[in-house]
Amino acid sequence: MDESWRKAKAVFATLSAPPVIWLVVFFLAPLAIIWGYSFGNNKSLTEIAVDGTFANYVHAIKPLYMGIIFKSFWFALITTALCLVVGFPVAIAITFASQRSKAWLLLLIMLPFWTNLLIRTYALMAVLRTEGYINLTLAFFYNGLSRLTALTGHPLAMFQPLELLHNNFAVVFGLVYVQLPFMVLPLYAALDRLDRSLLEASLDLGAGHLTTFARVVIPLAVPGIISGVLVTLIPSVGAYLTPDLLGGPSSQMIANVIERQFKTANDWPFGAALSFLLMYMTFLAIAVQTILSRGRRGRREA
Amino acid sequence: MPDGRPEPSRPASSRPTSSRRSLLAGLGAAAAGISLGAAGLQGCARREKIGANGEEQKLNLYNWDTYTGKTTLADFKAATGVSVRMSLFASNDELFAKLRAGNPGFDVIVPSNEYVTRLRIAGLIQPLDLAKIPNRANMMPRFRNPPFDPGRRYSMPYTWLVLGIGYRKSKMDGVPDSWKWVMDSDRYAGRIGVFSEADDMIELGAKYLGYSVRHIPPAVIDQVADMYIRQKPYIKIFHHDEGQDLLLSGDIDIVMEYNGDIAQVMAEDPDLDFVVPREGSLLNSDCLCIPTGAPRPDNAHRFINFVLDGRNGAEIYETIKYPTPNAAALALMPADYRDNPVIFPPANVMARCEYADFEGLDRAHLFDETVTRIFAA
Repeated sequence: MDESWRKAKAVFATLSAPPVIWLVVFFLAPLAIIWGYSFGNNKSLTEIAVDGTFANYVHAIKPLYMGIIFKSFWFALITTALCLVVGFPVAIAITFASQRSKAWLLLLIMLPFWTNLLIRTYALMAVLRTEGYINLTLAFFYNGLSRLTALTGHPLAMFQPLELLHNNFAVVFGLVYVQLPFMVLPLYAALDRLDRSLLEASLDLGAGHLTTFARVVIPLAVPGIISGVLVTLIPSVGAYLTPDLLGGPSSQMIANVIERQFKTANDWPFGAALSFLLMYMTFLAIAVQTILSRGRRGRREA
Repeated sequence: MPDGRPEPSRPASSRPTSSRRSLLAGLGAAAAGISLGAAGLQGCARREKIGANGEEQKLNLYNWDTYTGKTTLADFKAATGVSVRMSLFASNDELFAKLRAGNPGFDVIVPSNEYVTRLRIAGLIQPLDLAKIPNRANMMPRFRNPPFDPGRRYSMPYTWLVLGIGYRKSKMDGVPDSWKWVMDSDRYAGRIGVFSEADDMIELGAKYLGYSVRHIPPAVIDQVADMYIRQKPYIKIFHHDEGQDLLLSGDIDIVMEYNGDIAQVMAEDPDLDFVVPREGSLLNSDCLCIPTGAPRPDNAHRFINFVLDGRNGAEIYETIKYPTPNAAALALMPADYRDNPVIFPPANVMARCEYADFEGLDRAHLFDETVTRIFAA
């Protein structure tokens, strides 16, 4: 017994060595370096002295930057809420689809990942812009209508294109578009495991469809909802490309500020401090989630 | 074409596939540039023959997109036997970041004026051996002693640019020849594009308020910030140098942009025009430099000298439509380039334009925090 365990341990160590080395060398080590920079200051254009200063963090918690972080969380929360509202029915539809179409539907959800985010965002710009596909389509129907009313002697006013691009609406729209699969997949995973007999029981015992949904389906899907919310919320807070390309004059998010620190401003220590401030907040969110879910499990077991 | 993209068979007057600074805007170009840029460096592994100067017969050029003539690199190969591999960057920051950790093997780079200073201070470029660049005699006098590289020890001028206002003629009330129309007025509300670069925004704001773009007093920086914050409701977008594309597509009607960029789209849409505002503006100049640790410095000098030749230069400016600092090349250019007021704005306006200086990291941080404040307001 002891012997076989020792052998298994050797096998385990051999198997896990490559991924562990990979993680340490390419993830933890660079992260540690950036973490070190966050306690440093600029000696020259290219040199950073890590001297344990907290000045970068003190600078980062100025109201200006906290306001931008707060705004980023606000955008991310709206995005997450919309993803949940849109994603839940999609996940349910997939769950209740036939085995054959289920595979196809899941493939459709995954399909966007085959295209680079940058290209998808540019495609979205082509759809939303002033002379984009949405406005061209609307103009086509509007002008048709106008020609009809002109026959009665009352032509409509000139078509005013909708302002869909370069504003906060476009940013949230773009984020929902990008993050939706991350919400649907965990929701689907949770709903698919759901015991159908519970639904039948609820319906048989007189609960309507809505009551069954609200009091049986949703509570059972909570683990899926929580992981869906987390994997949607966290990347949304740090979104960089979407606000940069789709946003307007007031769409700056914290990742855009961080990017500038590593580029024009050439202030890596401050950029590092801002990045880690965001990461500490994320850890905090995950910790809260863990405590909450543990509390829920505890209650259920009690 | 060094990057293997099919040569667009357009008349010389038409616009290149994408502009120098908006690499991302031309998606296909970006993808091709990135992948082939990497392939270009990988290709270095292949050994080339050793030339008479003891260096391998090749050269790694790190350049902006659509920033060489159609046959420049082939001509250089024919003249010297040295084959050029070109990689592309989209911003000076990208260039600086690439070199910051050590030169990955580039022989010639094309930074803008302020970054010539940054690279020089950081020791990332090396002094030129002027004896190897006799064609520097072709340089126009006013480019011989620029403030960003006194005495031209580290850089040779490749192009120059001036920021101004690009606009759609049919949507304007007269010529918008003041920065007021983008910075301080609601007349073109919702149709205005402002450059998102911190330096350009603040320096031009100071220029509008009657100050120099250099050594702007802190109180004026605040005044500029307040002005932009007041103007924000009327600004449609803070763009990343894709102003000419936004103007062309009709998303905006008036935009802060470089003359070369607007000159390119004017060839496509006669309703567009460009003016350098009467308050004056910011000059920029892209320069040829040799990064520290360049593996083939002699080839690099030969390339720089080749580009500064009149005929070779004319071949480049014919394609890229940027103003040339090269008198010999200018003499060979057709009149529609030489007399183009967009490429060469009138002298009385140019007299009010200045180069900005790199004024230290603290200044860069202050400018950045100021635009962060403007964007967040």
